[in-house]
Amino acid sequence: MSAIEQDNLIFHGADWDFGTIQRVYDAVEAIAVGELGLDVYPNQIEVITAEQMLDAYASIGMPLFYKHWSFGKHFALHESSYRQGLMGLAYEIVINSNPCISYIMEENTATMQTLVIAHAAFGHNHFFKNNYLFKEWTDADGILDYLEFAKGYVTRCEERYGHAAVERVLDAAHAMMSHGVHRYPRKKRPDLRSEERREQERHRHQEQTFNDLWRTVPTKGTAAKPQLSEERRRALLELPQENILYFLEKSAPRLQPWQREILRIVRQIAQYFYPQRQTKVMNEGCATYCHYRIMTRLHEKGQISDGAFLEFLQSHTNVTRQPEFDDPHYGGINPYALGFGMMQDIERICTRPTDEDREWFPAIAGSGDAMAVLRDVWANYRDESFISQYLSPHLIRQWRMFHLVDDPDRPELMVEAIHDERGYRRLRRSLSRHYDVGWSDPDIQVIDVDLAGDRRLILHHHVLNRTMLHKDDAQRVLQMVANLWGYAVVLKEVDPATGAIFQEHVAHPHETLF
Amino acid sequence: MYIIDRRLNPGGKSLANRQRFLRRAKAQIQRAVRQTAGDRDITDLDRGGEVSIPADGVREPSFRRSGEGGVHDHILPGNKRFVEGDTIDRPPGGAGSGSSGGDSGEGEDDFRFALTRDEFLDLFLDDLELPDLAKRRVATVETQGMRRAGYTVTGSPVNLALLRSMRNALSRRIALRRPKPQELLRLQEEIDRLEERGGESGRLAALREELDRLKHRTRRFPYIDPIDLRYRRFEPVSRPVAQAVMFCLMDVSGSMTEHMKDLAKRFYMLLYIFLTRRYKHVEIVFIRHTHEAKEVDEETFFNSPETGGTVVSSALREMQRIVGERYSPDSWNIYAAQASDGDNSPNDGTTSAALLRDVILPICQYYAYLEVGSDSDRMQTGFINHKTSLWQTYESLIEHGANLAMRKVNHRREIYPVFRELFRRRDAEAIARVP
Repeated sequence: MSAIEQDNLIFHGADWDFGTIQRVYDAVEAIAVGELGLDVYPNQIEVITAEQMLDAYASIGMPLFYKHWSFGKHFALHESSYRQGLMGLAYEIVINSNPCISYIMEENTATMQTLVIAHAAFGHNHFFKNNYLFKEWTDADGILDYLEFAKGYVTRCEERYGHAAVERVLDAAHAMMSHGVHRYPRKKRPDLRSEERREQERHRHQEQTFNDLWRTVPTKGTAAKPQLSEERRRALLELPQENILYFLEKSAPRLQPWQREILRIVRQIAQYFYPQRQTKVMNEGCATYCHYRIMTRLHEKGQISDGAFLEFLQSHTNVTRQPEFDDPHYGGINPYALGFGMMQDIERICTRPTDEDREWFPAIAGSGDAMAVLRDVWANYRDESFISQYLSPHLIRQWRMFHLVDDPDRPELMVEAIHDERGYRRLRRSLSRHYDVGWSDPDIQVIDVDLAGDRRLILHHHVLNRTMLHKDDAQRVLQMVANLWGYAVVLKEVDPATGAIFQEHVAHPHETLF
Repeated sequence: MYIIDRRLNPGGKSLANRQRFLRRAKAQIQRAVRQTAGDRDITDLDRGGEVSIPADGVREPSFRRSGEGGVHDHILPGNKRFVEGDTIDRPPGGAGSGSSGGDSGEGEDDFRFALTRDEFLDLFLDDLELPDLAKRRVATVETQGMRRAGYTVTGSPVNLALLRSMRNALSRRIALRRPKPQELLRLQEEIDRLEERGGESGRLAALREELDRLKHRTRRFPYIDPIDLRYRRFEPVSRPVAQAVMFCLMDVSGSMTEHMKDLAKRFYMLLYIFLTRRYKHVEIVFIRHTHEAKEVDEETFFNSPETGGTVVSSALREMQRIVGERYSPDSWNIYAAQASDGDNSPNDGTTSAALLRDVILPICQYYAYLEVGSDSDRMQTGFINHKTSLWQTYESLIEHGANLAMRKVNHRREIYPVFRELFRRRDAEAIARVP
């Protein structure tokens, strides 16, 4: 009997080699694709050292990136805290590309490698391939090529225009990265080739209908240029515009073409990472739920030993631990814990619903097929909509959540809602709003510019909850905006309800950029 | 699925980023390095280390909400006793309550990170320059490099120059009129066609004969022949390497205290580090002297006590002898640093001066005299212009235009400033002089 069991295990002990990884991968794939029905990009698993992991950290996890001092700073920071033992490294990094690249560390034990493959190569991978935000905003096939292009382009610019000049543009672009994304898909612009074709057709038409007589027809004389209406002028500039980088790239009057291209590169990369910021809970929840199911199943099938399973559980519980608010370790809500908790809760609602669940989730309660529901959730939601739709009273009670409001006008903090009948919906609504990047990022828009006049650029910050911008930082970023714009820039902090202006920041450009 | 082993890929992918970072924060890091160097023992200087710079200089600003003011709300787990409508006193420390209230930006603390040895020294010795580099000689060959040098007909397969070989093959095939495959094919087709039709045996025979001849020719002249092969040739080149020798001269007579020796040692240390950064090959010669001079090893030089009078010229003679024997000025850059408390026997002054002026200084790139005093001397020198006999001797030399640098040092914290002053970059000085 024991001999048979021995044969079934995919690895023994902690050591692994490439044969082990292959066996692990095949076993995990059989469960992930065969039983859970995950749909993934082809995988590419790369074994790296701790040193290389630090390297990857510094460039936002991407295998190649353009050079900038801030990455060096982050590297120095990580390295120093890693060497002092203050910080452990992640077990893996996974890249949303096709093929999907997962980095695994050589220090991991065989169990950890199994966990990492289940987590990254299947969990994250499925999410990347199927979630609507990633489908809409990221191009998994092209990202590595684009980064290659970006790296080369920045290097060529550095050679041609000097490090300092490129650095100034990159600094400014990085500072505005959080305001360099399109939040909604725009009308599709014709690409260069179709533009060219249209141009040729027009030209041909003109040639065919050419008649020299028209030249001799007397005209009325050039009419005075009609004054553009306010509305029309702003519409031409696509104002108001919340994508500041896009606006500067397209409309800043004094930028060189290469400077525009660099703004564009940073903007594209920000856009590529935009879905990740909106799906932290779901992405990690999906990966954690998948690895939990897969590891449990491997253990049930006798493919990993009890020891390995316990090692996995230890690591899994560490990852999904949620300290309570009065715990000294509390550092906000752990996305792994919340995501995993909600996915498990959905599984429970599908298979063992209570009357409350039937009332709250009539569509899925007792449907029986949890994976089908989860796959649908993973494909069609982001954190904000996911929480506002699927956070159940059961989980709110289990976590004993409460809503605390800090209003400076009142002497004390106020408990607005707790885990009771009255509180569920309000709690759920407030929590989901915390995950809405449109809500958590300050809302700053380019409102107007008078291109015919003094060219002063006007930005508005629509103040939410009376929270102003960090003054020092705002002034610095505004200075960079002014340097790119080439003329004065003013940022007004406006109360959206009354239109009252709380504060004004002004910056004038330095001439150094040109 | 692919598994790729990246572990053997060269590391240091963020080296370029790191250099950019160091360049960006250079002024601040340099200040930090100087500060660290002040606290540190000079023997430890030759080592990297952690420095901390103000976070402000390397801040990455962004539009973000400030943590203060305005309404904040938090969803927290782990409620134990609150019910709706409860109020809680604000935690001490003001408005930004709750743990998630802290802003996501970096704190205002200092930014700490580690520098490697090379980076540390670069910053430490930055803007120092060797005086008078005109005399730098090239001498003993230290490195052998390889250089591309045309093509050769023999070589190892890795060096096969494919393009050149194929070009040779092509020109040979053309020159020898090796039949092209299409030609053979066309001929064969024609033969086939004729065979199908039958008859016209004369033409058919001629064609067959022609085909045979061409096939024969194809076999005789191969597509590629060993004679076509060319290999890339490399030839060794020797790269000259600049070398330097550093003479450390020190008075070890009884009047030199441990403190003075320590000062001298620190100065030599800096000089050595500095020279090793500029020259690939640096040798050190230690000469200690009382009334007679001897070349010794480092340990003896600094540590073993000696008694006797003080005759500086003995050390200069010893140096002259060693230079004559081992370090020809033609091929060595010679640096000398002399440390002494300033005593010299009264009748040796003129001898030393003459020796220095006529023999030593002309062969030296640089000669520095460091007068070390005791810690308590400092007050004195401020008020009374007390000059030692050796100082007076050397001062008169300088007045007569000798190329000699001299400084007085009493405390070890003066060592580094004095050193910097001696080796300050000349152009920087020139700029400083312009009003």
